[in-house]
Amino acid sequence: METVNIKINGMPVEAPKGSTILEAAKLAHIDIPTLCYLKGINEIGACRICVVEVKGARSLVASCMYPINEGMEITTNSQKVLASRKKTLELILSDHDRKCLSCVRSGSCELQKLCNDLKVEDEGLYDGARTLYNTDATSAHMLRDNNKCILCRRCSAVCEKTQGIGVIGANERGFDTNISCAFDMGLGDTSCVSCGQCIAVCPTGALTEKDSTSEVFAALADPDKYVIVQTAPAVRAGLGEAFGLPIGTNVQGKMVSALRRLGFDQVFDTDFAADLTIMEEATELLDRINNGGVLPLITSCSPGWIKYCEHYYPDMLDNLSSCKSPMQMFGAITKTYYAEKMGIDPNKIVMVSVMPCTAKKFEIGRDDQSAAGVPDVDISITTRELAKMVERVGLNFLSLPDEDFDDPLGRSTGAAVIFGATGGVMEAALRTAVEVLTGKELPNPEFSEVRGTQGIKEATYHVAGLDINVAVASGLANARELLEDVKSGKKNYHFIEIMGCPGGCVNGGGQPQQPATVRNFTDIRALRAKALYNQDAEMPLRKSHENPSIKALYDEYLGKPGSHKAHELLHTTYVKRSINK
Amino acid sequence: MGSQNKTVPFAGTKEQEAALLKVIAEHKDDKGALMPILQKAQGIYGYLPVEVQTIISNEMNVPLEKIYGIVTFYSQFSLSPKGKYNVSVCLGTACYVKGSGDIFNKLQDLLGVTDGGCTTDGKFSLESCRCIGACGLAPVLTVNEDVYGKLSVDDLEGILTKYE
Repeated sequence: METVNIKINGMPVEAPKGSTILEAAKLAHIDIPTLCYLKGINEIGACRICVVEVKGARSLVASCMYPINEGMEITTNSQKVLASRKKTLELILSDHDRKCLSCVRSGSCELQKLCNDLKVEDEGLYDGARTLYNTDATSAHMLRDNNKCILCRRCSAVCEKTQGIGVIGANERGFDTNISCAFDMGLGDTSCVSCGQCIAVCPTGALTEKDSTSEVFAALADPDKYVIVQTAPAVRAGLGEAFGLPIGTNVQGKMVSALRRLGFDQVFDTDFAADLTIMEEATELLDRINNGGVLPLITSCSPGWIKYCEHYYPDMLDNLSSCKSPMQMFGAITKTYYAEKMGIDPNKIVMVSVMPCTAKKFEIGRDDQSAAGVPDVDISITTRELAKMVERVGLNFLSLPDEDFDDPLGRSTGAAVIFGATGGVMEAALRTAVEVLTGKELPNPEFSEVRGTQGIKEATYHVAGLDINVAVASGLANARELLEDVKSGKKNYHFIEIMGCPGGCVNGGGQPQQPATVRNFTDIRALRAKALYNQDAEMPLRKSHENPSIKALYDEYLGKPGSHKAHELLHTTYVKRSINK
Repeated sequence: MGSQNKTVPFAGTKEQEAALLKVIAEHKDDKGALMPILQKAQGIYGYLPVEVQTIISNEMNVPLEKIYGIVTFYSQFSLSPKGKYNVSVCLGTACYVKGSGDIFNKLQDLLGVTDGGCTTDGKFSLESCRCIGACGLAPVLTVNEDVYGKLSVDDLEGILTKYE
């Protein structure tokens, strides 16, 4: 690799050619603060927080964008630099809602941290005109409070570039500039898919999920309710970050322990329903291949992807698997099979789901998601909200013992836990489909071709005389690229997995936020995914059809996969939507 | 740039839509096509309401928000139609020090619209402008081609009555 030699604060540094000053400084153990910069997503050099001095340059330069050259001399810590950063912050604060005490991001706010780091002492120094905005609460999953927006544009960049949607952006100009939807529409009136990637990248409390923690606490306190919780695979790979653990720490045992201590009557695992999803979806795939059904079959686990498909590819709804998502299947089985087995009135069950996802808050309100005549899932909270609940009741998460999920709906296989990473559903489905097709046990259950964080992956497997072409996409801009190739006939697949968020659920919009200083230099998707693949490798059962609880469910209740009863309870329908009203 | 006056109904014709689609077809594959299309669309309709922006969004495969962001950024674009009588108040330096700010505010009250808006009957639109080169007559406003100078706020009702 070609390198260049520069000096940063008088110290010699050798860095790869083409690096920015920000990247070179990182190699020299210096974190230059940033606010608007998100690598690969929002590289606009607008906020001026990352300014540094470059010898010979006529003014301070934005280090996030400025490339290094041989012999360059850079100062990142001069009085001039620090004063400039501080003034920028003071000016941002002059038009900022400063209710930090009650702000959901207090403690994790990037603006707050910068103000502390740079010793801003008077947040009202430049008080003058203020723009006041109403909170947008029109969507099912989130709130937009522009009074806390600092116009960094990370949200609109991730919405347009990463997700290919672009329903929020900068409108008006000058002092009136604000991030909003076209014609001041509410977000809920647009083609927003509820993925929450904007929340994940927001540095402040301007974008947050709708908080349902009080609703959960109220249910837990109600003696007439039987409150059951299920946790998605990706939650265990992200929750620890909220308590200071390194990215990619699997905290399944402590999570279960915390949920039990919060007072849930049963602590179950969405992984059980992931195994169930595989049984239904693999059956659907084989049925479509053998009987000339609509192909490619596309997975339906990700509610962000489903809503995207309904808005942007309404002509492809027949390609979607009719399977409900694992979360909804879990709710359906809990309120039918489990309720009957245990003699509990489904009306008294409160099904709470903990998800890495904000779109789940939209999904629980969809039509055709109430197997027992009541909603399959009552309340869906994010990984972040669970962390807040643990903190609110004073549980010392890090010192909790490791505990196991309850039986029988807490039992799962390795195939289920990898659902949380892009390619995981595909791999899990292949493990079952291949064994069903060949009638033989797989020597190695791992399908490494569909692993990894690339946006689009493809593979062909030769199984029992069939060539099965598969593809995996995560992030909706990648999904669009893949689907355009399918529609134009350029590519032919039998089975496609699509996840709305880049990297899959581990990087979902409901996971603990990592600041840009971390995101710009760490692949959080890969680290969290590794936690799930490691767990899979260690599990005694790694194929969904081997799950004894699943076998019992079919024997006792559903009959066989794809049965009439399974269709009634576990499958759903979709609606055509448009992009613009 | 004011927010769109939602009470003025859209009255686009089939001919206008055909003209717009022709413009889009001509520019569709150009780099940076959005600006010339928006300029020509405003030429066709006189302004850029949601109906027109939606056609452009659908045809160009560009998010409506992106188009709206551009339209609200550049002051040459308007979200509201011009009224039969367009009242334009000079807020340039000379007029401003002679009190045109008060005149503008009074007109907003009298007409019930903000800068860039149009009355619901489509009769009057109101806009602020910069120097029109009649500083000797400051403060100045124009109603279409008619120029009124050396104004006070008390003159305004009388001027509007002439156009009722």
